[in-house]
Amino acid sequence: MNELISILTELHDDVDFTTETGLIENGILNSLDIVSIITEVSDRFDVTIPAEEIMPENFDSAEALWALICRLDED
Amino acid sequence: MTLTSFPFLLFAAVTVLLYYLVPKRGQWIVLLTASGLFYAAAGGWYLPFILVTILTTFFLARIIERRAKADEDYIAAHKADMEKDARKAYKAAGKKKRFRILTAGLILNFGILAVLKYTGFTLSIVNDILGLFTPNALTVPSLILPLGISFYTFRSTAYLIDVYRGKAQASRNLGKYALFISFFPAVMQGPICRYNDLAMQFDTPHKAEWDNLSAGLLRVLWGFFKKLVVADTLMAAVKTIVGTPEDFGGMYVLLLIILYSAVIYGDFTGGIDITIGLSRMLGLKLTENFNRPFSSRSTAEYWNRWHITMGSWFTDYVFYPLSICPSMQKLTKWSRAHLGKAVGMRFPVYLATLVTWFLTGLWHGASWNFIVWGVLNGVIILISRECEPLYKRFRERFPRLTSSAFYGGFMCVRTFFLMGAVRILDCYRDVPVTFKAFASMFYDFSHWGDLIDGSVMDKLGITLPVWILVGLATLLIFFVSRSGKDTPVADRLSLRPVLWTLVALGLAITVMIFGSYGIGFDAGDFIYGQF
Repeated sequence: MNELISILTELHDDVDFTTETGLIENGILNSLDIVSIITEVSDRFDVTIPAEEIMPENFDSAEALWALICRLDED
Repeated sequence: MTLTSFPFLLFAAVTVLLYYLVPKRGQWIVLLTASGLFYAAAGGWYLPFILVTILTTFFLARIIERRAKADEDYIAAHKADMEKDARKAYKAAGKKKRFRILTAGLILNFGILAVLKYTGFTLSIVNDILGLFTPNALTVPSLILPLGISFYTFRSTAYLIDVYRGKAQASRNLGKYALFISFFPAVMQGPICRYNDLAMQFDTPHKAEWDNLSAGLLRVLWGFFKKLVVADTLMAAVKTIVGTPEDFGGMYVLLLIILYSAVIYGDFTGGIDITIGLSRMLGLKLTENFNRPFSSRSTAEYWNRWHITMGSWFTDYVFYPLSICPSMQKLTKWSRAHLGKAVGMRFPVYLATLVTWFLTGLWHGASWNFIVWGVLNGVIILISRECEPLYKRFRERFPRLTSSAFYGGFMCVRTFFLMGAVRILDCYRDVPVTFKAFASMFYDFSHWGDLIDGSVMDKLGITLPVWILVGLATLLIFFVSRSGKDTPVADRLSLRPVLWTLVALGLAITVMIFGSYGIGFDAGDFIYGQF
């Protein structure tokens, strides 16, 4: 989880990703950020996030994104 | 039969009447029959093309879903004796097979669109190249372009991809699926509704309710008002400026940016108002396609508010899959290793952005002006993104200024002119002519006197009373759009029947008098109907 937070902080150092739960809803992450996150996640966690998983509920918070990574790794 | 023609009004009225008269379970059949008749009336030869799309996407989606279910059942049955890696490999193999079926469906349907829409353009490029070596040119065939092909191809392929991704259930009813693809109010210019948002509504019985009928009818009238009073009136001035660009440079190009923005807004949002309003009268809720686009503070925000369903289609089905596909991931790794992390992170995303915008331009039309328009939009979005740290520093340095209403207004006006300037490529339809006209704003000041002595009105063929009328209409549209931010004005008026009647009558009379509307009169085609 800490490594994921550091990936997110590299993109937006002014956001507290441990508490923010509206990353998509509040317009903090845009489509370009999402692609950067997917690339970083693939690189560091060896988990591929497919296009069908790109939906607001999976990217709205660091926690939701972490849950997605864990689920995909398990699958 | 355009959406503002008298025959269409009659056709829509009869359809609404029959829809509520037949038993509820037959309502979708009325709509399917109406959609079929509407489509056949546009051209009998169009029917085989839309039928091929309907049949192929319907049956391929069923096959994809059946195979996915079989794979799931197999894994569930053998979960205990399958290792994690074996399970993953089995899933991947099944997905690969389903992907092949999906690809076949996409190639077939985009292939039809490509052949019919882009053959002429491609051959004209080939002829330009051949012209350098030989005087003989290839014959450019004249192919038919089925009504709304760009829109229904996008709707059907989105459905097929959604079934493949497991986001939508494959339709069990061919008739209802055919209705989803050919639904007559939306077949010509969208919105590009997703299957999950629209098709399920055909299963529900709909009662004739005052709320839906009144708010829907008012929205239809509002669409007529925007299209016939504002867009079609100002279109005459736009055509004059564009018709002889050598006579209308400098100030007139600036005027064109403003006028054409009003025209395209009135035309496209007016058409969508008619579509959504008519659907509402049938008890159906379509996806909104606009959200006060001219209040956008940036280009990226503008594209989240303008033609929303097209933008989300390209984001979901082109930008994301392209950005994260295996070859793009490899490119990312390579560029990080050779060009550094900062460039490496940007390179694939920026490449995908430009490809997406190139395709967006191409979708709008088979000509260079649309391609340049698309790529320019992509470039502007990327430049804005690169400038974001600068904007951020500016906001931190001047917090009071940047949080003021004045600064917000400035950002909206800036975005309006930026998007308007790019949009004139759609007017001139010739890239060098557009760039020359745009540049003339900065060196040709000879026409500014026309604004002072009033000769601008004569030259554009629009009299002062008409300018005042259109100005007032534009102000009205602005205030209605602003006050409908939370609850649409049509819904609020539905709660007050007397006021609703006055407004509806007022709109109808205004359209009939100032929109030159009546029997035998057929308004200008919708601009997006050509795409």
